Amino acid sequence: MAYNSKPAHHEEYQRKQHREEMKHQVLTFALMILFTFIAFGMVIMEVDTYFIIPTLIILAIVQVAFQLYYFMHMKNKGHDMPALMMYGGAAVALLTIITFTTLIWW
Amino acid sequence: MSTAVAQKRGLGAAIWDYLTTVDHKKIAHLYLYAGGLFFLIGGLEAMIIRIQLMKPDNNFISAGLYNEMITMHGTTMIFLAAMPLIFALMNAVVPLQIGARDVAFPFLNSLGFWLFLFGGLMLNVSWFTGGAPDAGWTNYAPLSTTSPGHGVDYYVMGLQISGAGTLIGGINFLVTIVNMRAPGMTYMRMPLFTWSVFVTSTLILFAFPALTVGLFLMMFDRMFGSAFFDVGLGGNAIIWEHLFWIFGHPEVYILILPLFGAFSDIFSTFSKKRLFGYSAMVFATVLIGFLGFMVWAHHMFTVGMGPIANSIFAVATMAIAVPTGIKIFNWLFTMWGGQIKMTAAMLWSVAFIPSFTIGGMTGVMLAAAAADYQYHDTYFVVGHFHYVIVGGVVFGIFAALHYWWPKMFGIKLNEKLGKLAFWPFFVGFHLTFFIQHFLGLMGMPRRYWVFLEGQGLETGNMISTVGAFFMAIGTLIFVYNVIYSAKKEKKADGDAWGTGRTLEWAIPSPPPHYNFVQTPLVRGLDPLWVEKMDGKEGMTPAEPLGDIHMPNASFLPFMMSLGTFIAGFGFIYQVDNKAWLIAVFAGMGILLGSMLVRSVKDDLGHHIHKEEIEEDIKKGVAK
Repeated sequence: MAYNSKPAHHEEYQRKQHREEMKHQVLTFALMILFTFIAFGMVIMEVDTYFIIPTLIILAIVQVAFQLYYFMHMKNKGHDMPALMMYGGAAVALLTIITFTTLIWW
Repeated sequence: MSTAVAQKRGLGAAIWDYLTTVDHKKIAHLYLYAGGLFFLIGGLEAMIIRIQLMKPDNNFISAGLYNEMITMHGTTMIFLAAMPLIFALMNAVVPLQIGARDVAFPFLNSLGFWLFLFGGLMLNVSWFTGGAPDAGWTNYAPLSTTSPGHGVDYYVMGLQISGAGTLIGGINFLVTIVNMRAPGMTYMRMPLFTWSVFVTSTLILFAFPALTVGLFLMMFDRMFGSAFFDVGLGGNAIIWEHLFWIFGHPEVYILILPLFGAFSDIFSTFSKKRLFGYSAMVFATVLIGFLGFMVWAHHMFTVGMGPIANSIFAVATMAIAVPTGIKIFNWLFTMWGGQIKMTAAMLWSVAFIPSFTIGGMTGVMLAAAAADYQYHDTYFVVGHFHYVIVGGVVFGIFAALHYWWPKMFGIKLNEKLGKLAFWPFFVGFHLTFFIQHFLGLMGMPRRYWVFLEGQGLETGNMISTVGAFFMAIGTLIFVYNVIYSAKKEKKADGDAWGTGRTLEWAIPSPPPHYNFVQTPLVRGLDPLWVEKMDGKEGMTPAEPLGDIHMPNASFLPFMMSLGTFIAGFGFIYQVDNKAWLIAVFAGMGILLGSMLVRSVKDDLGHHIHKEEIEEDIKKGVAK
């Protein structure tokens, strides 16, 4: 009896997990398509450049985050080290870009 | 099994074995031999520099050759001697310290070595093909972009190839330390050497791409007519300096951190005490790694970045003295009250503390941006960085080699000769470089071919040259010790020093090629010591005795590196004659062909069977 009950529980739990996961995936996917439409829409409607550039960059960052966290499962357990390395690398790259835009005179 | 077979098969088979090996212990040997050779070459160049500066207006070598000497001395010592010697230690020790049978990517490990070697050979070929690089090891534009001949091209291609090898090695050790630790070895139970290698590998991962980019830009400027650094065409020479130092400053921490780790292990082993302030040491290591990225512009205070940027970088630089100070005190407290055994390894380590601290203090002096305008490009700087690099890195390499030699080769280095090598080197080191601080303050600029008579620089330079000869004597005694010990010393125990604390001392010296018969279970910091205190002989196994899966040897890494080597020559000489493009295509063909073979052919490794392992245990070569 004990043999049967545990896997059944487990299976149900897993199914629930998968359903939840799927919901997240579809939701983020829909959002990403929406963001893409917004981005294209803004360019087509010729919105002011000072507004469009930062907005596009923010949308892009959100999309990358969705991609990494939901589609590539970085939100799940056991991804601390890759996350640390990616943020570390991004920080160094950002530092380099800041240097090149502020410290080097042309 | 494999070692016994290799011994019976003779020289040819042994060479083939090393050409194809993916075993981290043999790759450690290769790194050691190659790094040692380049260390001697770099040392020879240093001696030539010191002889030239022995007396005023000397004409021992010509001005052009002198420029080549200083450039190749710096480049060789940093990239071709210090880096591979550190990789030798990393390869020899890290998998053993974390209880692994090999690194995460054995094939890449081999590729990393051969790329480094071919890159190093390429740099040194330049001596015979019309002149070595001569724009200083920092290779600043526009001096480098306008340097005639092919010297600087060799610098660019050689460092690009060996840099790729280093990057591969760094990534390999990152993955190894993250994924291959034995059961129970949490991050906060890793020996300090493994910790520092972990931080170092991260620095390699983040810092080397900046060098790669810089070298690519330099390559296109010199070989393909671009103008990234050419002010006349809208480029900017300062870009090279920033890229070089964004890499270059983390690089000096890449050099010193692994040896900080080695010193920590040595101090605690020979003081028969656990390391004082383990978690503070880990924190300090990580903090040094982090701050190492924020300070590169202190090499460029006189470039004209403005007072705000200079101040920020000055303060950040001085901040590094804090974690380094934590380390120095923790080493002292580790020795305090311990049962100290003054072995040769310990002698080098103890000598390191005051030597490195002097280098650290002149470092803080140099970090004061306003004062740096006075020190910049004088012998004060030369004195400073030799105190940290020789007093830290070279002392550390000697200490670590003495300490881990039994684990690498199965015999100890002779202790008497070890101490005999230490004294002339130590005395010579301080003679050579201490006086250089004062020469610098008196106004002697670095990188100058001659100095003039009657400016009060004669005595100081003479003392410096005499010191250099003492260092050479010390090095030669060490080399003699290696040969002598190989012939005379008897086989070392698994726990060669009797007070080993970490996993590498739980297995025979040298270990069988699968390292651990059974993966050990780690029950605390200093796992072997924990077991010893519980009255046990060795480690508690974490798995039953069974077949062991090991990677196959491969010749492809050698071929791939040879391909890049050939293509490198093609790139350098296609400027003169387009026919050299054939070499580019041939080299790239070899590289890509080898990669294709590697992708298409399945290589699943082999198994060592339980029966063989049991036989090894009976013979006493495995434990």
